[in-house]
Amino acid sequence: MKEIVIISGKGGTGKTSVTASFGFLGGQDVVVADCDVDAADMHLLMKPDFAQSEDFYSGVLAEINPEKCIQCGLCAEKCRFDAIPVINKQHVVKKLDCEGCGYCAKICPVEAITMPEQNVGDWYISTTKVDNTMVHAKLGIGAENSGKLVAKVKNEAKAIAEKQQKKFTVIDGSPGVGCPVVSSLSGADFTVIVTEPSVSGFHDLKRVYELVKKFKISAGCIINKYDINQEITDKIMNFLRDEKIEHIASLPYDENFTRAMTLGKTIVEFDEGELKEKMVNSWTKVKQLVNHEK
Amino acid sequence: MRIAIASGKGGTGKTTLSANLAAFLSKTEPVVLADLDVEEPNSGLFIKGKLENEEVKYKMIPEWNEETCTLCGECQKNCNFNAVIQLGPQILVFPELCHSCYACSELCPTDSLPMVSQRMGELKHYSGNNIAFIESHLDVGQEQAVPLIGQTIQYIEEKFDDKALKIYDSPPGTSCPVIEATKDADFIILVTEPTPFGLHDLKIAVETVKELHKSFAVVINRYGLGDEKVLDYCNENDIPIIAKIPNLRQIAEIYSRGELIFEQVPEFRDELLKISDYIKKEMD
Repeated sequence: MKEIVIISGKGGTGKTSVTASFGFLGGQDVVVADCDVDAADMHLLMKPDFAQSEDFYSGVLAEINPEKCIQCGLCAEKCRFDAIPVINKQHVVKKLDCEGCGYCAKICPVEAITMPEQNVGDWYISTTKVDNTMVHAKLGIGAENSGKLVAKVKNEAKAIAEKQQKKFTVIDGSPGVGCPVVSSLSGADFTVIVTEPSVSGFHDLKRVYELVKKFKISAGCIINKYDINQEITDKIMNFLRDEKIEHIASLPYDENFTRAMTLGKTIVEFDEGELKEKMVNSWTKVKQLVNHEK
Repeated sequence: MRIAIASGKGGTGKTTLSANLAAFLSKTEPVVLADLDVEEPNSGLFIKGKLENEEVKYKMIPEWNEETCTLCGECQKNCNFNAVIQLGPQILVFPELCHSCYACSELCPTDSLPMVSQRMGELKHYSGNNIAFIESHLDVGQEQAVPLIGQTIQYIEEKFDDKALKIYDSPPGTSCPVIEATKDADFIILVTEPTPFGLHDLKIAVETVKELHKSFAVVINRYGLGDEKVLDYCNENDIPIIAKIPNLRQIAEIYSRGELIFEQVPEFRDELLKISDYIKKEMD
């Protein structure tokens, strides 16, 4: 089983549309995972049934028992995150500011502070509209540890793919270069970077590729909306050549991307022309490239 | 006045709006623009200015002092993030996991884990015509954006008083980095697009700002694309829509070149004017 992660650095380049198309085309060969847990959208295209749902507990946050608290203020003094203000003469924990380090609980002289585990979201195992398995999640608002939920989704998807003897896990990664992306990349066999020819798209491509290099994962690149700025597309092509990143496809600026999405469809279900053909070829190419990886 | 520009979904046009709005407003008043999307800062590609100041930003991490350590194991017990591990006769510190809570250091009975600074990124401060632009880059490989966002805001608060109009280009998503970037804002503009992804992520973003008890409004980007469901949702929930930026390929092309849009597209300028009027009302 090989793990393919689709990332982008910059948001809105078409990462999820590409991933869903691969998930659709992959059919019975793949398990799909949505690791963009902050803004999980792939379910809108893959129509999973949410058959199995589980709470995700991760990390702890401080809680002060007002009955026990003697308002000595030591916790507030030690807290580096200014998470314990005094409201109505009572020390309280501001949940959105608390990092869960537990320092306050350890030094409270009357043991008034506990550190209960937090339900930070839910995760699901579903069957999609093409009858393959999809693992996905929903992170709670302002929750910490999105990296841990990403790892959970990814590992479950991997375990299921191995059990069902699937050939690939196709993973929608997260934007950025921080902890959720690091979690989605770790252990991957191949990564597809979806970019666009804008100054910001190119800038983010270079940054996220620095991260990919650290993981020593082979990469391929899809340039979306390549015709919006031919000059930058050329620069991206040169960058791909220099860095030995496989150029998988250049997709045209096409509102069918959005039209398909509006109908809850993947591009390959909706489009009948160039876009569909290029997407089908991309999936074939990605499979070949991944199978060459040791 | 601090205005945060945010969105659940990435790529809806936060940076486009932040950079253009800041440049537009700076024609009439001093503006501070901060790029708080420290993982992928892009506003700087649109705003030109003279480099005023640059600072390396550090976070505090413990450093093991072998000489005085008695290997009592307290530090490992006191770290909730597995950033301090006792391995045989030595203590290992994993800086990327450390949240700088100081618990291991201050609770060490022999003071063997003093806190030292470690580089996490870089802040740059540019100044142009009536506009100050501040951006921070998180070093690639650093996992935690929050402390750098916090320090960037702190820098701005120290350098500019409350009279300045501050625009914060926030990171995407709904987790800790967005909270850090928006929690001190007076007003939040949520940028979305009229598509199913846009709507889905807008709903999450709305929940987030409600949790923060912030006043907010929506700007619809690429209006005309997709469907009407974002409009319906905002109307049903009494969420003000302060501007609708039309879906024009020309805008995508200008953006791709890193140029300001309002200078070239009158329809875009009109929408900025609506936002600016709304902000001015909010300020009063």
